[in-house]
Amino acid sequence: MKKNPIYSMRRVFLLSLFVIGLGGLFVRSVYLQLFEHEFLEEEGKARHLRVVEIPAHRGMILDRNGELLAVSTPIYSVWANPLEALQSHKAIRNVSLILNMDADSLIKKLQSKKNRQFLYVKRHIGPQQAEKLKQLGSGGIHLKREYRRYYPTAEVASHVLGFTGIDDNGLEGVELAYEKWLQGRSGAKKVIKDSYSRIVEDVEAMSIPEPGKDMVLSIDKRIQYIAYRELKAKLSKHRAKSASAVLLDAKTGEVLAMANAPSFNPNNRKGYSRGTYRNRAVTDVYEPGSTIKPFTIAAALESQRYTQNTIIHTAPGKYKIGEFTIRDHKNYGSLTVSEIILKSSNVGATKIAQTIPAQELWSTFSSIGIGHSTESGFPGEVSGHLKSFHDWHKVEHATMSYGYGMSTTSLQLARAYAVLASGGKLLPVSMLRKSDEELKNQQKIPAIFSPQTVDKVVTMLTAVVSSEGTGSRAAIPGYSVAGKTGTVHKSAKGGYEEDKYISVFAGMAPASDPQLVLVVMVDQPSSGMYFGGEVAAPIFSKIMGGALRILNISPDKVPLQAHVEPAQDHAG
Amino acid sequence: MASSYSIRDSLVNSPIREERNLFNIDPTLFISLVLLCTIGLAVLYSATSGEMAAITRQSIRFALGFAVLIFLAQIPAKELARWSPWLYLLGIALLLVVMMIGYSGKGAQRWIDLGVVRFQPSELLKIFLPMMVAWYFSEKPMPPTIPQIFIALIIIAIPAGLVLTQPDLGTALLIAFAGICVIFLAGITWRLLAVFGGIALASMPVFWFYLHDYQRQRILTMLNPESDPLGTGYHIIQSKIAIGSGGVYGKGWLNGTQSQLDFIPERSTDFIFAVFSEEFGFLGVVLLLCAYGFIVMRGLTIAARAKNTYSRLLAGSLSLSFFAYFLVNIGMVSGLLPVVGVPLPLISYGGTSAVTLLAAFGILMSIHSHRKFLSY
Repeated sequence: MKKNPIYSMRRVFLLSLFVIGLGGLFVRSVYLQLFEHEFLEEEGKARHLRVVEIPAHRGMILDRNGELLAVSTPIYSVWANPLEALQSHKAIRNVSLILNMDADSLIKKLQSKKNRQFLYVKRHIGPQQAEKLKQLGSGGIHLKREYRRYYPTAEVASHVLGFTGIDDNGLEGVELAYEKWLQGRSGAKKVIKDSYSRIVEDVEAMSIPEPGKDMVLSIDKRIQYIAYRELKAKLSKHRAKSASAVLLDAKTGEVLAMANAPSFNPNNRKGYSRGTYRNRAVTDVYEPGSTIKPFTIAAALESQRYTQNTIIHTAPGKYKIGEFTIRDHKNYGSLTVSEIILKSSNVGATKIAQTIPAQELWSTFSSIGIGHSTESGFPGEVSGHLKSFHDWHKVEHATMSYGYGMSTTSLQLARAYAVLASGGKLLPVSMLRKSDEELKNQQKIPAIFSPQTVDKVVTMLTAVVSSEGTGSRAAIPGYSVAGKTGTVHKSAKGGYEEDKYISVFAGMAPASDPQLVLVVMVDQPSSGMYFGGEVAAPIFSKIMGGALRILNISPDKVPLQAHVEPAQDHAG
Repeated sequence: MASSYSIRDSLVNSPIREERNLFNIDPTLFISLVLLCTIGLAVLYSATSGEMAAITRQSIRFALGFAVLIFLAQIPAKELARWSPWLYLLGIALLLVVMMIGYSGKGAQRWIDLGVVRFQPSELLKIFLPMMVAWYFSEKPMPPTIPQIFIALIIIAIPAGLVLTQPDLGTALLIAFAGICVIFLAGITWRLLAVFGGIALASMPVFWFYLHDYQRQRILTMLNPESDPLGTGYHIIQSKIAIGSGGVYGKGWLNGTQSQLDFIPERSTDFIFAVFSEEFGFLGVVLLLCAYGFIVMRGLTIAARAKNTYSRLLAGSLSLSFFAYFLVNIGMVSGLLPVVGVPLPLISYGGTSAVTLLAAFGILMSIHSHRKFLSY
């Protein structure tokens, strides 16, 4: 049997099969483990060695006293590798159940993005959801640690602070303006991940994350709160379109409060229109109206042509320049320069302005910052408008004197009033707390007006807030207040709107040594009242009063009925 | 190789040597098997990330397997031949039972649940079928006639077909392979073999048509795994990466990153070779191939030296089947063959397979030990 050639052939056949089979496996092993070793090892590493981003902490925003205004907190987001995730529809269903999402549309979304490696499923989920997902640990759907911005003051300071996008990058306000400063640099580390993308081991840190730097604003959270509260309350009372308030430190030019109403909650921006995000105090301009008159008077006093007692005839309460008639509220007859401010006489201001060359008037307005951006660095800030005196028509020369024909933001107007409050200096305004060095350098800024002019104008403005002035409702018990009302017809295409006003009050306190400057602007009050003295002045009183008390500024007016002020201050 | 074996043959054939085999156990074969099982447990420990429950269960199976081995080694092949048809019928019956009341797992109905253990009757057929075919040819003059071959093919087709319906293509093919080996060893003429081979090739498109979708996919994937890297190609790509990352010396026991980080699917069962290769490298693979090669060679030697047709055919078929198991498994894990569910013999985690494999070696030892007394 063994000798049968069939069988010996069979042996050879079997033996060669054996050799070929075993040899084949051997050769395969040589190929994979010796020749392809490096490539396959790299492939293997590519599967478990991953470079992951270490997100950097965004810098905090603090108020001038170190109170938290914006802070980044860690939060989880859910992402998927679509192809991996689609291996198990059941897992996707479980995940979408936890996330309250529609499983079918999620599957559809994953399918449509099949060629992507990374797809966010849901951003910024709650901690309980994250915990549940961690326990589920399903393949292809992963958690990513991110940061979410949180604003403890919510809508109070939202316009100043702005907000960040879902990727924690600044989109508006200070968050945008100081993006580079606040934003950290994320680091990277090499990790070993298992097939479920869970990090098993940290191999090495490749670059250490650099957290963003903190930022100290000049804002005082307490005053900011009062400002916003008052604006919000009065906005609804006067059924106004919007309202803004800017409070400056008269000595430093720092913005202590800047509030707008209506506001939005930066922690949850759902349902707000883009317009709500505007920081109107720096982005919206209006004609300052009568609030500019003190500067016309200052120019007049500086020109040496006038004193506070110079008599101006304003009768019969209107004054024609060509086709154009300038009107006063009523016929005031003869007024001193002081009384022009007290009564807010347009005719008086016009008559004074007509004796001052256009260039001189323009130069005064320009030097107090009208038409020049404050350079606060705030995104969207506008500079307002002041026409060059070369282009002034005769009528414009007149209207400029009482604040028509130019435009400013509330911040610019506040800065202009700070010139009077600081003894004649145009201080740079800032949203950031100024360093001692900056404050020292500010000392060298030359004054625009002489101290005498400033004193006289402030005295006139103090009278405005007295019982006979237009701004009596801006008074604060215990403090002397200097300020000016403004009631401006809203400009519209080709002219002015008959029954739409902007109601303004700009002023400072305590008048004897001004510490704070405040501008309150109410846009389109429509509950019947619209005079600056009726609408803006009471708000001014509340905000300024609160700020003075919070900052512990000593009252300069003893609240005694019998107290008599020095006579010359009441001249005229 | 052949010459060295002929020298060994003269040694092994000496009557003195014969008497020394304690309990009819072939010492070299036995030691090789123990060695292989030990490697198996070590790799399994790594592949299951030290899950002692799995190690214990597998150890119990090995113990049971070796008990069966020693038991079968004591039974003269003559007895086995006598039982062959009955065992075959029992196997068929069990397959029918599976079909009706079997336990399903992973999409296929393969197991019978005995309460304490589940076992796969299809595994038994890996032994019972070659026994039956060998028994059928044992008293016929060699080489067999064409009608005899046809009858043998029917004997093969029944269990193979039943297993195929479970569906378990891999096992069905292996069962059929064991039977066809017997026919081949029985002495089918080359011409006839060529005819059958031709028929088999020609029927492949038809066969393709009857394959399940997932089976077709596996074949396509084998040809180009990168075409679907996250779907069906994932297994192959991952295991190739693991094998390749092993390099010459391997990453060391328990240190395979691909294995330990769960990048290898089915790493304790069908794809355990990838774990082994990554951790023990090229040297480990060569040693493993040597161990397998030696065992097969030893089995074929026993077959060659068997003194009657039944013993020779059965020993040859069992050895070749063992060869086919590791060839197919390693071939599939390293990306040479399509993915079919064939475990790596004595290393993959799995109960029935370990026991039947060791049982087969018991039969081989019995054939070797009892050959003197079995001559017809």
